[in-house]
Amino acid sequence: MILALDIFTVLFVSAGAFFFLAGTVGLLRFPDPLTRLHALTKADNLGLGLVVLGLLPRAEGPLGALKLVAIWLLAQLAGATVTQLIARIARQGPPPA
Amino acid sequence: MTVALAFDAGLAVLVLAAAGWTIAARETFAAVVGFVAYGLLVAIVWVRLAAVDVALTEAAVGAGVTGVLLIGAAAQLRGTEAAAERPGAALRVAAVVLCAAISAGLAAVVAMPSDPAPTLAPEAVANLPATGLGNAVTGVLMAYRAIDTLLESVVLVLALLGVWSLAPDRLWGGRPGPGIQPHPDGVLAFLARLLAPVGIVVGIHLFWVGADDPGGKFQAGTILAAMWMLVMMAGLADAPPISRRWLRLAVIAGPATFLAIGIAGFWMADGFLAYPAALAKPLILVIEAAMTLSVAATLALLVAGPPDRRPLP
Repeated sequence: MILALDIFTVLFVSAGAFFFLAGTVGLLRFPDPLTRLHALTKADNLGLGLVVLGLLPRAEGPLGALKLVAIWLLAQLAGATVTQLIARIARQGPPPA
Repeated sequence: MTVALAFDAGLAVLVLAAAGWTIAARETFAAVVGFVAYGLLVAIVWVRLAAVDVALTEAAVGAGVTGVLLIGAAAQLRGTEAAAERPGAALRVAAVVLCAAISAGLAAVVAMPSDPAPTLAPEAVANLPATGLGNAVTGVLMAYRAIDTLLESVVLVLALLGVWSLAPDRLWGGRPGPGIQPHPDGVLAFLARLLAPVGIVVGIHLFWVGADDPGGKFQAGTILAAMWMLVMMAGLADAPPISRRWLRLAVIAGPATFLAIGIAGFWMADGFLAYPAALAKPLILVIEAAMTLSVAATLALLVAGPPDRRPLP
């Protein structure tokens, strides 16, 4: 049982790390702001989500698990909002200097 | 153990790289972004050193609020940046030498402690039950070194006074900031409506657990301030005129309560800032509550800046 939980954690955290890596590569390699933002949101949503999912069995009781999920939700909310704001500025062009 | 060591080494390299990049960046805005990243990395360093209280403060105040203040300053300086004079070679060399000397001195102190290293930690922990607190950091801040914390809280008020006194006479008593028109369907307004209630709960939670767990007035006040800033930036609530009495009371509530309880210590206990044994924890909680309010109000007003609009007649 413990071994199964360990394998679960390793699998999901690794998958999350993969999405963070992919998001970072996209951020560095994609040609324009909108596609770079797209890459970044994958790291936020899927990467962090998978890491949190993988850590859930290790949380200190249900309250700790709830906190982990809350962190994921808050990061998603902040990420989605900031992405919208940056994308809006990016479409308007650079601010007048 | 080796994995942890590799992680720590990587973290140290990242912190140094972020610091170097912040100094080397030509553009002010880029340097600010580097500074925020540096602050967040340093927060992780504090977590690795098992100093969660410091990590929370570093992330909230060091990277968060300071970052917002610096971004605001960078935005205001954008127009003048190209024309600004670069300091001469002698001044730059002097700055490098002095900074390097300070870094080397600090490194020497940290790397070559006397053996055994001087520490008050065992005594601090041994006497903690007398304060009724469970978090040794709060115990140090509120009981052993209360005078430092009191002075810190006064410094915050002085900083706000400094910012306010940048206002020209005709704007004194007016509202800070540009007066953003709200977009009821805007993304930021949506975030402010959704996040502010959650953030307020988290802030009060951090204040409440500060007695026994990592947390406390500065971290809690910063989160509350961030929520107020968010609401102001989204245009949901305008910044209040700085002449409002409730606003000024909120700013000084913390230091005033702290000072009053400190002076009461002359009669109730052994002297200034001493707490009577039976009342230590309730008194500390009262001070922390008032300080949370003051820190939140002061930090938000620091970011809002000096009054920018004429007071209404």
